[in-house]
Amino acid sequence: MSESVIQVEGLFKNYEAVAALRGVTFNVEEGEVFGLLGPNGAGKTTTVEILEGMRTPDKGLARVCGMDPEKSGRQFKELIGAVLQSTSLPDKLRVKEAIDLFANFYRRRANTDDLLKRFQLTEKRNAFYSQLSGGQKQRLALAMALVNEPLVVFLDEPTAGLDPQVRREIYDIIEELKRTKRTVLLTTHYIEEAERLCDRVAIIDQGRVIATGTPRELKHASAGTTRIEVRLARPLTDGALAHLEGVADCREFDGTYVVHSTRPPQTIVALVKKLEAENNELQSLEMFSPSLEDVFIELTGRRLRD
Amino acid sequence: MHNTWVLTKARIRLAIRNRAFLFFSLIMPMLFLFGAVMMFGQSSRSWIPYILGAILTFTVMGSFWGLSVQLVTFREQGILRRFRLAPAGAGPMLASSILSNYFMTLPTVAFELVVCRFAFHMTSWGNLWAIFVLVTFGSAAFSSFGLIVASVTNTMQETQMINNLIWTGFIFLSGATVPLAQLPVWIQHCSLFLPATYLATGLEWSASNLITNRDVLTDALALAIGVLVAFEISRRLFRWEPEAKVPGSAKLWVLAVMIPFLLFGAYENIYTDRLDRIQRDFHTLQMREVRREPQAPAGPR
Repeated sequence: MSESVIQVEGLFKNYEAVAALRGVTFNVEEGEVFGLLGPNGAGKTTTVEILEGMRTPDKGLARVCGMDPEKSGRQFKELIGAVLQSTSLPDKLRVKEAIDLFANFYRRRANTDDLLKRFQLTEKRNAFYSQLSGGQKQRLALAMALVNEPLVVFLDEPTAGLDPQVRREIYDIIEELKRTKRTVLLTTHYIEEAERLCDRVAIIDQGRVIATGTPRELKHASAGTTRIEVRLARPLTDGALAHLEGVADCREFDGTYVVHSTRPPQTIVALVKKLEAENNELQSLEMFSPSLEDVFIELTGRRLRD
Repeated sequence: MHNTWVLTKARIRLAIRNRAFLFFSLIMPMLFLFGAVMMFGQSSRSWIPYILGAILTFTVMGSFWGLSVQLVTFREQGILRRFRLAPAGAGPMLASSILSNYFMTLPTVAFELVVCRFAFHMTSWGNLWAIFVLVTFGSAAFSSFGLIVASVTNTMQETQMINNLIWTGFIFLSGATVPLAQLPVWIQHCSLFLPATYLATGLEWSASNLITNRDVLTDALALAIGVLVAFEISRRLFRWEPEAKVPGSAKLWVLAVMIPFLLFGAYENIYTDRLDRIQRDFHTLQMREVRREPQAPAGPR
């Protein structure tokens, strides 16, 4: 079996007293879109930046295409492309100039006019960076990540803070990368992003990988329950809903009861009866098919966006 | 070299589009020039080359401010970390700062020369070759000093504080504002330890046609050694990340930049008659003024 394109083994990293990574381990195979899914502060960016050669791990192994990212210098940088979570460009740099500037650093260069076209930036080619919208800046960042036709692409929260329309545009671009069999490591805290784009996902929390697998595998592992989210007029006592028919698990998050049920119709009927008996009112009820959010709740007892 | 050149071109474009840069590097030196000529050159044109030398010094030393502030801004805004991902390298990043600044300084220097020659009727161009050499080495040296400040400071506030401190020493103790010959003798001795003095006296002598080949060589050598030491230290201390803080001990590296100038200062103080020459040349300029026939005040006509 060929060596994984990205190998991470027992990665530890502390920022003074804060343990950002506590033994992160995973592999990414060639041509795979691999997602690191976790809440803010879980250690996703630290992991990716170690793999990009921008941070030094305290302990553990990180290899990309068999190379040590921190020590392999130019040869390594020629192989990777990346969208950083926090970065910028000079305000008075034009779009085309930015792409050409970065392309000029590499031996292997994509056609920058084609990139502009592909990322719908042709009309903005002469615009200053400061004149671009958030979505256009992110498309430019993606285009710049591909100027050297990299083998491995790191995308750190590529859609964070973007509106749904722009997010969908970015998804299309990532799906195109997937079709061209590029190896992509994507970090996100959006469930739908991980489910839609990733071949495999590692769920990361508090510096540890708590589950790895395809989105389907992970969802199956969560016992195939349906999530029912309920808001009530008056709060219930702890565990009151856990005894309803079909309920596998129930937790409360900021006044919302998140109930995992193996038999949703029976659970809802039992819930309504209970509320009637207690003279309580149902303010809202939503049902969701099993998602990675449920896996995360099951494993950590918290929601991803907490 | 390829990356350095690519970055240099990009940075020249950015500088041209930056109004603050244009104001501080082109308009402000010209305002200084006109102001200084109005104040000191009205009575006699013989002082205009000396004033030109001082203004050229200001123009060249301005690199010190511009580059340190720009580099810290780039780091704080996370611009440098994007370049870090590419195979650009710290050396080309720093070298391109120096080169782009140099190419942007040359037109201002040329403009100042032309204005003095034709608008203020300076009798000769001065020693153009010496001016070119000193502007070249001076620009590189003061750019490098700016990069050192950017490398050892963690915030813009800290950068500006240190810049102000160093800048004050440079402009008041080097002869760029008050002629060195008119400062107390102990300050004159101290001034020989400052890189700014070599630039200021060199350019004042060059513009006044009083410079010798040996002077050019000494001054250029002092500045060139300053460039090499400052560039290497700033390359070693270069930080791409906004949150990467330089430890207090690393700031001591700045003192290493002073070593060549401490040696030059000691040499000039002990073995050469540089201070006597400064006195003599200043006296020569005063005598030129005395010998001149009464004439119409200098100024644009």
